[in-house]
Amino acid sequence: MKEAVISVKNLVKKFGNFTANDDLNFEVYEGEIFGFLGANGAGKTTAIRILSGLSAPTSGDVTVAGYNAKKQPEQIKKNIGYMCQKFSLYEDLTVKENIMLYGGIYGLKKALIRERTDLLLEKLNFREYGDRLISDLPLGLRQKLAFSVAVLHEPKIVFLDEPTGGVDPITRRQFWEMIYEAAGRGITVFVTTHYMDEAEYCDRISIMSEGKIVALDTPADLKKQYHAASVEEVFVKIARPGNN
Amino acid sequence: MKRFLGFVNKEFLHIFRDVRTLIILFGIPVLQILLFGFVVSTDLKNAQVAFLDLSQDEMTQKISDKICSSGFFRRSETLLSYNDIDKVLRKNKTKAVIVFEKDFGRNLISEGKATISIITDGSEPNMATLITNYVTGIVTSFNMELAGTQAAGTFLVQPEVRMFYNPSLKGHFMFVPGVITLILIIICALMTSVTITREKEFGTMEVLLVSPLKPFQIILGKVIPYFLLSFINVILILLLSWFVFGLPVKGSLVLLLAESMLYILMSLTLGILISTVSKTMQQAIFISLVGMMLPTILLSGFIFPIENMPAGYGWVAALMPPKYFIIIIKNIMIKGTGFLYVWKETLILILFTLAFTGLSIRNFKIRLQ
Repeated sequence: MKEAVISVKNLVKKFGNFTANDDLNFEVYEGEIFGFLGANGAGKTTAIRILSGLSAPTSGDVTVAGYNAKKQPEQIKKNIGYMCQKFSLYEDLTVKENIMLYGGIYGLKKALIRERTDLLLEKLNFREYGDRLISDLPLGLRQKLAFSVAVLHEPKIVFLDEPTGGVDPITRRQFWEMIYEAAGRGITVFVTTHYMDEAEYCDRISIMSEGKIVALDTPADLKKQYHAASVEEVFVKIARPGNN
Repeated sequence: MKRFLGFVNKEFLHIFRDVRTLIILFGIPVLQILLFGFVVSTDLKNAQVAFLDLSQDEMTQKISDKICSSGFFRRSETLLSYNDIDKVLRKNKTKAVIVFEKDFGRNLISEGKATISIITDGSEPNMATLITNYVTGIVTSFNMELAGTQAAGTFLVQPEVRMFYNPSLKGHFMFVPGVITLILIIICALMTSVTITREKEFGTMEVLLVSPLKPFQIILGKVIPYFLLSFINVILILLLSWFVFGLPVKGSLVLLLAESMLYILMSLTLGILISTVSKTMQQAIFISLVGMMLPTILLSGFIFPIENMPAGYGWVAALMPPKYFIIIIKNIMIKGTGFLYVWKETLILILFTLAFTGLSIRNFKIRLQ
């Protein structure tokens, strides 16, 4: 029995005359890794902003973690984690200070934050980095840390907006292991990416084009449906039909 | 509340970890006060003066001694003829030449008056005016002494310029209010706009907005540290001007601090407003510096009196919030007047604060939608 933690019905978002999201309909289930693909300007970022309570939908019914996106954005914010493609940790603070800050913002008790910090540093083999400034860490480590911080408060859903941009393949691999592990703990992962090999790791993917969702299924079924060898082929066929 | 305190704490960490921020916050105010106080001082101290004494009598000796022992002047050279005057002034060291007419002492006693000429270097108009004023003052006091000791007749040494001397007018008194005004608006407007746009530029603002922190908490959390540090700055500047320059606060200190808080608040809201219209830190810096600092220096009455400006400039100056604070602070510090004399300016500052806050909220809402 799958339970939907994100439910989107007839979502429309307009900016003046421009329709950024045109009648979106989809559900994301608990513990699922949901890939959200689309070319630049297809409307992904707009949709994520609505789902994370940053902006209100023009019309439609959006429920995230059991709360209505239009009426209860503050409740949604407490129950989600967020990591964006631009870097989200403070470079002039140490690793521990960053963790303490975000833990505090999400209302965790100090003792609990310390406990989780120790666990986290242990897991990432980060122990000796605890008191280092973020600016001293290599990009790969920072991204991994940013993800750990985004799920520090054990949210129901974590939104990852192109989390692996500019990261080397080995680190990307490790990063996805962390995503799998989080999903294993029951955290739903909503991820956008430009790397099509990463799309293959998702349980299900949706592909957006010009404000609409044009395909939504498991990677395997999509490939079958479009007679393609990879998600990348599917993506090219769907997102840029003119290229065919 | 706990969330919020952690966030404020983070802002303090940002400030104390960045040497440049600390320099702007505390180094520049101290430097400016000392710089304006000692270098740009409009007081006269040991200005070099040459003497051309065509009379060489007891009276001229007395007057020149009095001039040289005043602390304002030092004798650079003793000239022998009119022809030397031009030469000595051209050397640029000597700022003025004082000439006693022939038979100075005799004229003074027999006719009751004698003339002393003060020849100054007009290429430095400020200095020239100062010197004439000071010398005239000294001569006047000499006249009074003379009148006191020889009560019989009235003797008069006539200086060739009119008396315009006010011994209590010290230069520091004029610039301390100006520096406080300038420093506060720079620190508050510049630093807050930069710190907020920095979050935008680094992408941390997105993360904060998605967090349970409310937008007003984010802004407040970023602004509170600057509010406290600016307030400490005011106290620092006041202490400095008191201990180094002996400038007391004549009026109510409580009122002065309260007005300073209002002005800080206004500058912070201005900084927030700037941050809502600028996308990058450079933009914020540019708007703050070019848009705020120059007009503050030029149009607020800090250096150039607003009364002397052409009508159009006066209107522009009326839109400069610092102008009102300078009036307030001068009134309280130097004239020692109370709230009754500055309530209008206070009200105007409050209106500015409200306007900036309203505009910021409007811009912020547009951005979120």
